Amino acid sequence: MKKIEAIIKPFKLEEVKDALSELGIEGMTVTEVKGFGRQKGHTEIYRGSEYTVDFLPKIKLEIVVADGAVDGAVGAITKTAKTGKIGDGKVFVLPVENAIRIRTDETGDKAV
Amino acid sequence: MKNKTTSVLRLLAAVASLAILGAVTSTLHAEDAAPAAPAPTPVAFADAPLKAQTAYLQAALTNGDPTPTNIAPVAIAGHTAWMMVSAALVLMMTLPGLALFYGGLVRSKNVLSMLAMCLGIAGLVTIIWWAVGYSLVFGTNFASPFIGGSEYFFLKGIDSAPNTSYAYWIPQNVFCIFQLTFAIITPALIFGATAERLKFTALMAFVGLWMFVVYFPLAHMVWGATGFMNGVWNADAKIPAIDFAGGTVVHMSSGWSALILCILLGKRVGHGKEPMPPHSLVLTMIGTGLLWVGWYGFNAGSALAADSVAANAFLTTTITTAIAAFVWPLLEFILKGKPSVLGMCSGAVAGLVVVTPACGFVNTTGAVIIGVVAGVVPYFAVTVVKHLFKYDDALDTFGIHGVGGTVGALLTGVLVNPAVNGNLVSEAYAAKNGLKAAIESHSLIVAQAKAAGITIALAVVGTLVITFIVKLLIGLRPSVEAEHQGLDITDHGEEGYTH
Repeated sequence: MKKIEAIIKPFKLEEVKDALSELGIEGMTVTEVKGFGRQKGHTEIYRGSEYTVDFLPKIKLEIVVADGAVDGAVGAITKTAKTGKIGDGKVFVLPVENAIRIRTDETGDKAV
Repeated sequence: MKNKTTSVLRLLAAVASLAILGAVTSTLHAEDAAPAAPAPTPVAFADAPLKAQTAYLQAALTNGDPTPTNIAPVAIAGHTAWMMVSAALVLMMTLPGLALFYGGLVRSKNVLSMLAMCLGIAGLVTIIWWAVGYSLVFGTNFASPFIGGSEYFFLKGIDSAPNTSYAYWIPQNVFCIFQLTFAIITPALIFGATAERLKFTALMAFVGLWMFVVYFPLAHMVWGATGFMNGVWNADAKIPAIDFAGGTVVHMSSGWSALILCILLGKRVGHGKEPMPPHSLVLTMIGTGLLWVGWYGFNAGSALAADSVAANAFLTTTITTAIAAFVWPLLEFILKGKPSVLGMCSGAVAGLVVVTPACGFVNTTGAVIIGVVAGVVPYFAVTVVKHLFKYDDALDTFGIHGVGGTVGALLTGVLVNPAVNGNLVSEAYAAKNGLKAAIESHSLIVAQAKAAGITIALAVVGTLVITFIVKLLIGLRPSVEAEHQGLDITDHGEEGYTH
């Protein structure tokens, strides 16, 4: 089992979700986050007071999949979230020790 | 220590409430004295000759002077209806117009402090207005050009009959509440400059003193029947200046006081180092709309009748405001690349401010000129001058109301046009105090500059003294920790938004 954490542009969320659903991935957790990488922020001006906004809004998407499904899922995310411009985001893959479905007490791959 | 101060303040508030209660009881038991106004034994309408009746009706319909008919004026439906609506509109400018305008511009942790400020002032000023304020502005028995009188203390004798010193055809109680709504919004404007860092107790104490030291004397000087610079309605005015709806009384007084208070108070913690963007320009936009609509009561209502002068003020107010709301963002677009919503809102308010003293005295050409100036001058005041001198006028009360009010007072002297308002050249007043001569010789700006100078001097000196007193008695600022947490929790024990 692996956890896939993807930081993507907010407007790409629907496309990524649809692509993952097509692969049979049935659940995901999405969080609105702020951060920065190589993409620069922007400047806001309020009556002459200029503020540089470094932290840009992004979406963090988390899914846990069986080992065999990792490559397909990562491929679907990178393909659909790509615009080719700085700020498209990153994908992280982490090992997961176990998963438990609370309702049925199922564990491991059956629970994801 | 802090708890001790709070207890003392609570005790003072309790004593003040009891004193007011005592005063009410004593007025209830006071004997009804005869009305102060001299009664020239007028005849009843039905007993008057037909010619007098016709002249009287003509005067009633056009907001004219019925004195020659020897029939006592009574409140007329149309004028009264408009003035009641106007009073409500002006109150709406504060509640919730200004509250939302300012509330949106602060950070979310201080939004309630702005709402509390507006509501608190509405309560406090109404109490003072009822007790002595109205009388100190519009009374005359002190026979002073600088302050009113005592004849209307506790609104004694204020009923639905007109006070002909001010308006022939509307009830004095409506005039009284209309003027009250001006007295409420004026001090509320000040605290945009001091936003996010002035204790609520200090704010209320400041207002209580400021009304007596600055507002009541100034409003009497400009609008009182014996006022020092009431060019339109006081034949004995020493300075024949004109201020239709409150350029000096409302905007200059609050704006210049705001500048002094925000300098004495010091900058917000973190000012210039951390971002302090408005937390909701949506609220600010709603506030702007309410201010703009409410301002029709403020400006057109200041004719004190539903007459031709009110109609002209309605039109000039609209033209100036719309143009200023267009010019300010146009400057942003040219100089910075993006026209902002805050710029459009700021331009609208600046237009409303600058046209306030002029709206009943200028024609549409004048209104266009004022609109362009109102979009340009306050823009540079808040984007350039403020940063040059590094004072923390948080929500730009000085930049818009102080600068805009001053520009408006002076422009009124240049663009004044008696064709839209015959009172400017009346034989009864303007011919006697020099206003008519000043207009005809195109030198009214001299009187306007004098009036502006007196207003600035009174606001600056008054605010210096009051701030010193309040600082000594209560202290001005919350602790640094409280300021970080936000005034909503530390001063009011609640939050604007719970997540």
